[in-house]
Amino acid sequence: MADTKSLYQEVILDHNRKPRNYGTLDNASHRAEGHNPLCGDHLSLMLNLDGERVEGIAFHGESCAICKASASMMTATVKGKTRQDAETLIQEFRDMATGKLDWQKQPHHLGRLTVFAGVRDLPTRVKCAILPWHTLHAAFNAVASTSTEAADDPMHAPIGDA
Amino acid sequence: MTAIPTALKSRPAAAFDVERIRADFPILKLRVGGKPLVYLDNAASSQMPQPVIDRLVRYQATQHANIHRAVHTLSETATSEYEEARRKLARFINAREEREVIFTSGTTESINLVMHGYGRKFIGAGDEIILTTLEHHSNIVPWQMLCEEKGAKIRVAPINDAGELLVEEYEKLFNERTRFIGVMHVSNALGTINPIRHMIAFAHARGVPVLIDGAQAAPHMQVDVQDLDCDFYAFSGHKLCGPTGIGILFGKAAALERMQPFKGGGDMILSVTFEKTTYNTIPHKFEAGTPPIAAAIGLGAAVDYLSAVGMDKIAAHELDLLNHATEQLNRMPGVRIIGTAEKKAAVLSFQVEGVHPHDVGTLLNQDGVAVRTGHHCAQPVMQRFGIPATSRASFAFYNTRAEVDALIAGIRNVQKVFS
Repeated sequence: MADTKSLYQEVILDHNRKPRNYGTLDNASHRAEGHNPLCGDHLSLMLNLDGERVEGIAFHGESCAICKASASMMTATVKGKTRQDAETLIQEFRDMATGKLDWQKQPHHLGRLTVFAGVRDLPTRVKCAILPWHTLHAAFNAVASTSTEAADDPMHAPIGDA
Repeated sequence: MTAIPTALKSRPAAAFDVERIRADFPILKLRVGGKPLVYLDNAASSQMPQPVIDRLVRYQATQHANIHRAVHTLSETATSEYEEARRKLARFINAREEREVIFTSGTTESINLVMHGYGRKFIGAGDEIILTTLEHHSNIVPWQMLCEEKGAKIRVAPINDAGELLVEEYEKLFNERTRFIGVMHVSNALGTINPIRHMIAFAHARGVPVLIDGAQAAPHMQVDVQDLDCDFYAFSGHKLCGPTGIGILFGKAAALERMQPFKGGGDMILSVTFEKTTYNTIPHKFEAGTPPIAAAIGLGAAVDYLSAVGMDKIAAHELDLLNHATEQLNRMPGVRIIGTAEKKAAVLSFQVEGVHPHDVGTLLNQDGVAVRTGHHCAQPVMQRFGIPATSRASFAFYNTRAEVDALIAGIRNVQKVFS
C-alpha cells in the first residue's frame, strides 16, 4: 500500500533534483502551457512529432517536486513512443492517480511511473502529479494552454474524483 | 451573566495554563497518521472548545425555533438567545449599540454587504477607493466588481520588504475623489499589524469612511471599535473558536441607516405590498431570511469563552509562541521568513530553500503538523515578494512551545529529505 512516505522516495527526489528533458526545443511542432492556479505550478511543454512518433520532448517551469518529477519521468517515458501509446499512458496515469486503476491488480503500461500511486491518498496533490500529463494531452491536441481548473479540459479531474 | 467554562473557573485570575485550556478542545487529542495533531492552521480556521460545542447542542436540543416570528414560547426563547448573542458580540468589540452588529455568514459577506449597501449607493464614476497590497481577495474582488459597475477606480497603498504598509504612500493616495478605504487589521499572509488607528484618523480628517477587515485580528487581540473609530469592522466566527457560516459586520449606526439593503426577503421588512416595501430598522434591515441562529448563539458562546480566558493573555501567549518560532527559524540556514514587520500577530510565513511549499506541507503533515501552503488568498502579496506561495504556520492560544518545536523538527526533516 503506497502511503505519503513512499511518495517522496528516491526516484522522485532524484527526478526533482535532476529533471530529464528540462529546457526548450527548437522548432517544436506542438506545445502547451499547463498551470495549477491553486498552488501556482506552471509548466511549459514542447514536443516534436515525427509522423505519429514523439521524436523530441522538453519541459520547463516552476512547480513542486511531485509535479516536476512527474513531468521528468513522463518525458523520459513517452520519448520515442507513438502518440497513441502516449495517450494510453495519459489515461492510465490519470486513473492510477485518482484511484480508478488498481495498479497492483489491473493490467497497465505504467512501469516505474507507479511510484506516483501514493498521490491517490492525497487529494490535494493529485493535480500536481497529473498536470504534466494534462499538458501533454493538450499539446497533442494543439490546445494552447491547459489548467487543472479549466472546465473545457477533457482530462479535468476535480478534487474528490479519487 | 456570562457562563465561565468549567476548566477556567478554578484557575487564579493571573495564570495562563495552556494545558488546562487544551483540555477544553476535544480535537486537540486527535492523532494524524499515528502522530499527535499539531494544529498550526489557525489563521484558516480555529478549533472549537467544548463549552461552545455544548452550547450548540443545548440550543438545538432545547431552544430551536425560527426567530422574530411566532408568539409561541420556543420562538421567543430562540429570539432572545439570538439577540443575547448580538449583545455579547457588541460587548466583545465595545460597540456603542447592539444594533450596530449585523450577523452575516462571515467576513466575505460582511465586506460584500458594505460594497452593495454603501458602495453602490455612494460611490460613482471617477471616484476612488484605497486598498492595500496586503488585502485578502475578499477585500479586493468586491471593490473591483463595484468599480466595473460604476466606473470607479482602485488605488493601492504599497508595502516595504518587511511587509509593512508605507503609511506616507497611503497618505499620498488621497485626493478629492477618494470615497472609501478598505484595509485589513492584521495580514493573513504575513502577520503584519497595520497602523489602522492612524489610517482611520487620517481618512476621517478628509471625510472618507473606512472599513476594517478584522478577520485575523479579532481572534488574537482586544478590538475596540469606539477607540478605533472605524466606520465598519468585519470578522468571521470560525476563526475565533465559533462555528462556520457566521460572522459579523459592525457598522456605525448612522452609516448603516443611510445604506441600502443588501439582500431582500423576510425579516428585513416592516411592510410589503406589490406597490411598496418599507424596510425594517437596523440591524434587521440587513438580515434577510432565517439567519444561522445556532451559529450566532454558538459565536456568542465563543466570545464568552475568549473573554473568560482574556484577550490580553491570549495576545501575550501567542506573541511568546511567535517569538519562539521566529528565533528558531532565523537560526536555520535555508529558511526564509516572509513578513518581518516590527508589529506582527502570530502568523509565520516561510520558505524552505529549494522546496516548494506544497512539498513542505505534505511532509509536515506526515509528522502530524498542519500548516497552510499556497498563496493564502492574497496573490498581490505573493507578487510583491516575487514568489508563488509560502508555507504558513499560524498560532492560537491553545498552541504550545512544544508544538512550535515539532514544527521546527518537521522543517529539519523536510530539509533532510530534499538534501
